[in-house]
Amino acid sequence: MFASYRKGLKHGIPIALGYLSVSFAFGIQATSLGLSPLQAVMISFFNVTSAGQLAGLQLMAAGAPLIEMALTQLTINLRYALMSLSLSQKLDKSMTLIHRLLLSFCNTDEIFVMASQQPGAVGKAYLYGLTNGPFIGWTVGTLIGALAGGILPAAVTEALGLAIYGMFIAIILPPFRRSREVRAVILIAVAMSCMFAFLPLFSFISDGFRIILCAVVASALGAWLMPQPVKDEEEEAAA
Amino acid sequence: MEWKTFLIYLLVMAGVTYLIRMLPLAAIRGKVKSVFLQSFLYYVPYAVLGAMTFPAVFSATGSLPTALVGTAVALVLGWMEKGLLTVAVFACVAAFAAGLLI
Repeated sequence: MFASYRKGLKHGIPIALGYLSVSFAFGIQATSLGLSPLQAVMISFFNVTSAGQLAGLQLMAAGAPLIEMALTQLTINLRYALMSLSLSQKLDKSMTLIHRLLLSFCNTDEIFVMASQQPGAVGKAYLYGLTNGPFIGWTVGTLIGALAGGILPAAVTEALGLAIYGMFIAIILPPFRRSREVRAVILIAVAMSCMFAFLPLFSFISDGFRIILCAVVASALGAWLMPQPVKDEEEEAAA
Repeated sequence: MEWKTFLIYLLVMAGVTYLIRMLPLAAIRGKVKSVFLQSFLYYVPYAVLGAMTFPAVFSATGSLPTALVGTAVALVLGWMEKGLLTVAVFACVAAFAAGLLI
């Protein structure tokens, strides 16, 4: 059990360091929009989500109605429901209700993808290990950004904006190389996403909704045309 | 920001986000039987990350040329299967260096 925890902790380190730089940028933005460092840290501590927090921050600063806040979070973060649904299929017996309630709090994109890539089922020890580092990195990075962000030159903070996408690219490229099916699904999702973002005809679709739409269509097409055999355990172990 | 306003916003924001994540995980205890649904859920993480990265990565630095340089570096290193942190750091460094040169 301790070995699983340690394994999770180790897998979480690169995510934690990536989060450090991303949340650092969030901390800078929060204080520049009039929040105190403590408030910035509280947002990160209670939300643990990048795109949702950024949008929420802007709504707070604009004094938007609460219903708009709720709907924005719902659309941007609805992808987590899909991820939680997917993750629910990978959990072993140690994941009782209380652990599901606690760990779902930290089900971020990166943690979800990392857990999904583990061969076989995952248990609570591994998941606590996996989430601890990134959660600390996310909160501490926000604090550092909120306190010290103002003194960094803009060129540095702008370049840091790439950190999270660099991580995403690093996660999807190895399976992109190895699996023709995964490659097709990613290409469909990317093509759709770019089309919706760039064509004025689709400009009414919000960013959060665009991601859900692309992910659902691409995954459904993949599942329909290239169903994965049920022996997923062996296959993931081989990947 | 005034604390009372802030806390109400925070409660709505964090509450909605938590419920979205928690409900499916707490409610679904069994295994999905359908091959279609299994395959669908297998593809979801890749499709989500693909759609989140493109085209958003091109505006991540506030300047298209530096973002393109950073993205290119990330793609090459990712293709070589370097670790998450390596790819992220070198993408940022490349974008920063490009910003100095342009």
